[in-house]
Amino acid sequence: MTEVAIGDAYDVVVIGAGPAGLASAALAAEAGASTLLVDENAGPGGQVYRAITSTPVEPRDALGSDYWLGSDLVERAQRSGARLLLGAVVWTLDPDLVVGISYRGRAQLIQARRVIIATGALERPFPIPGWTLPGVMTVGAAQTVLKASGLAPASATVIAGMGPLIWLYAAQVLRLGGRIDAILDTTPMSNYIGALRHAPGFLLSPLRAKGLSLVREVKRRVRVVKNVTALRAEGDTVLRRVVYMSGGREQSVDAATLLLHQGVVPNVNLAMAAGVKHAWDPVQLCWSPELDADGGTSVPGIAVAGDGAGIAGAFVAEERGRLAARAAIRAILPHAPLEDDQSIRNRLTRHQLGRKFIDTLFQPPRQFRIPEGETIVCRCEEVTADQIRATAALGCEGPNQMKAFLRCGMGPCQGRLCGLTVTEIIADVHGKAPADIGYYRLRPPVKPISLAELAGVQADEAATKAVVRL
Amino acid sequence: MFKRLRENPVEAVTITVDGSALKARAGDTVAAALLAHGVSHVRTTPVSGAPRAPYCLMGVCFDCLVTIDGVGNRQACLEPVRDGMRVETQHGKRKIGS
Repeated sequence: MTEVAIGDAYDVVVIGAGPAGLASAALAAEAGASTLLVDENAGPGGQVYRAITSTPVEPRDALGSDYWLGSDLVERAQRSGARLLLGAVVWTLDPDLVVGISYRGRAQLIQARRVIIATGALERPFPIPGWTLPGVMTVGAAQTVLKASGLAPASATVIAGMGPLIWLYAAQVLRLGGRIDAILDTTPMSNYIGALRHAPGFLLSPLRAKGLSLVREVKRRVRVVKNVTALRAEGDTVLRRVVYMSGGREQSVDAATLLLHQGVVPNVNLAMAAGVKHAWDPVQLCWSPELDADGGTSVPGIAVAGDGAGIAGAFVAEERGRLAARAAIRAILPHAPLEDDQSIRNRLTRHQLGRKFIDTLFQPPRQFRIPEGETIVCRCEEVTADQIRATAALGCEGPNQMKAFLRCGMGPCQGRLCGLTVTEIIADVHGKAPADIGYYRLRPPVKPISLAELAGVQADEAATKAVVRL
Repeated sequence: MFKRLRENPVEAVTITVDGSALKARAGDTVAAALLAHGVSHVRTTPVSGAPRAPYCLMGVCFDCLVTIDGVGNRQACLEPVRDGMRVETQHGKRKIGS
């Protein structure tokens, strides 16, 4: 295998090759910046355009026309001259814009003049009893293997939760001959009323027609149970059935696969570990970075673009990526020709129409965010809601102290699957707002790296000083 | 249980899972190949020994950790299959020096 050296310095390093990363890397490279685009997956596209260059799914339109828009983004990035490095994990980013990557078993440090974090979103934790059982996975996970490997559910399958992805995935599976037995919709009736005042924006948005037609398509073929107020997954060593409450009555459905989803939240780990300031978003109920109009963060030289900057979808992600790249170019190559940004900002505004409606309608209800009893909150360390509540009641004030008591957030996922839940449970016990409770302090390495790899990093003077504290 | 939408003409890659041969499609991740063959779980946890299977399939949950070619705790959902790859499921706590 021929190795082409990655190089140890770039004008712009973009982390994540989804819509935001692809668009920003393309624009930066086209403007003449030496640009590195890094992604841990084997192919470009991120989650929304996953496997866009390799999907085995046929016919093409089964995945929907929006999916294929990703092809143009990838082609433009490939033509732009940006170096696209796939299968490479970013394990650190420090405020001096040194990016640590691990590639083919070797770690190395790269100095950037500007960094654009485009690490996107992850699915919001959905802590219900039994969510760790084999057979329970997320809707996003199932969609990932659909796009990338052409796998669809073939035995009794239940989808539970809320949000646009549920309907898109169900429609894709049904078009391709897969099996969905039931959809347990957890959207509370009160959300519809709350969302009404944001209806004007939604009515003007193309999301409305797309969304309603997907829901109609699915409802013709799948049993949909509305207003589901409680859920649990049951089984001994694998999932056997899903038990749920609807209309005040407990019912059960046998299932081999349960797919959970209640929206997505920014994947904050890398940005937080780099020292980027975040704030609690009281509508989206998650942490989002504090940003200027171009995605610039509290750390000079680091921008966040895409859903990592606050959930807004793929089209907005793309435009945010371009704005962040323009700002980087203006700063480091002031004479590079750049087109006017008005058309980008116009598209950004258009694609944000309807977002408030969706955020309000699909705000997950309390009981599915703030669990009680024996429900596991931290999947890695197997810490339950009761343990966190009891420890908070003892006087534990925040997630970092909670780590010392219970180890929650200290497993390999580094809080990605429990952080929001832990913050909200502590806030609940103390009668405070999540903003006053805070989040885990995140530190590098943000992805696991072996000691051998770390020891193999070229130790220049700066690296040595950082470790030995001379 | 998941099935392949098309009985794939290109099940071109063979890996072993705990010693047994398993055919995968070139382009699968290890996790996808295991799911396609109905493997119910890929590890038991270090804390309680409970069985776990892939949950997020996008690299954030770390529930799909397996040993690949002798290296432990690899994320099966990020690792593409390669011909001859040796995959082992993990059981409880990992032992040092074994």
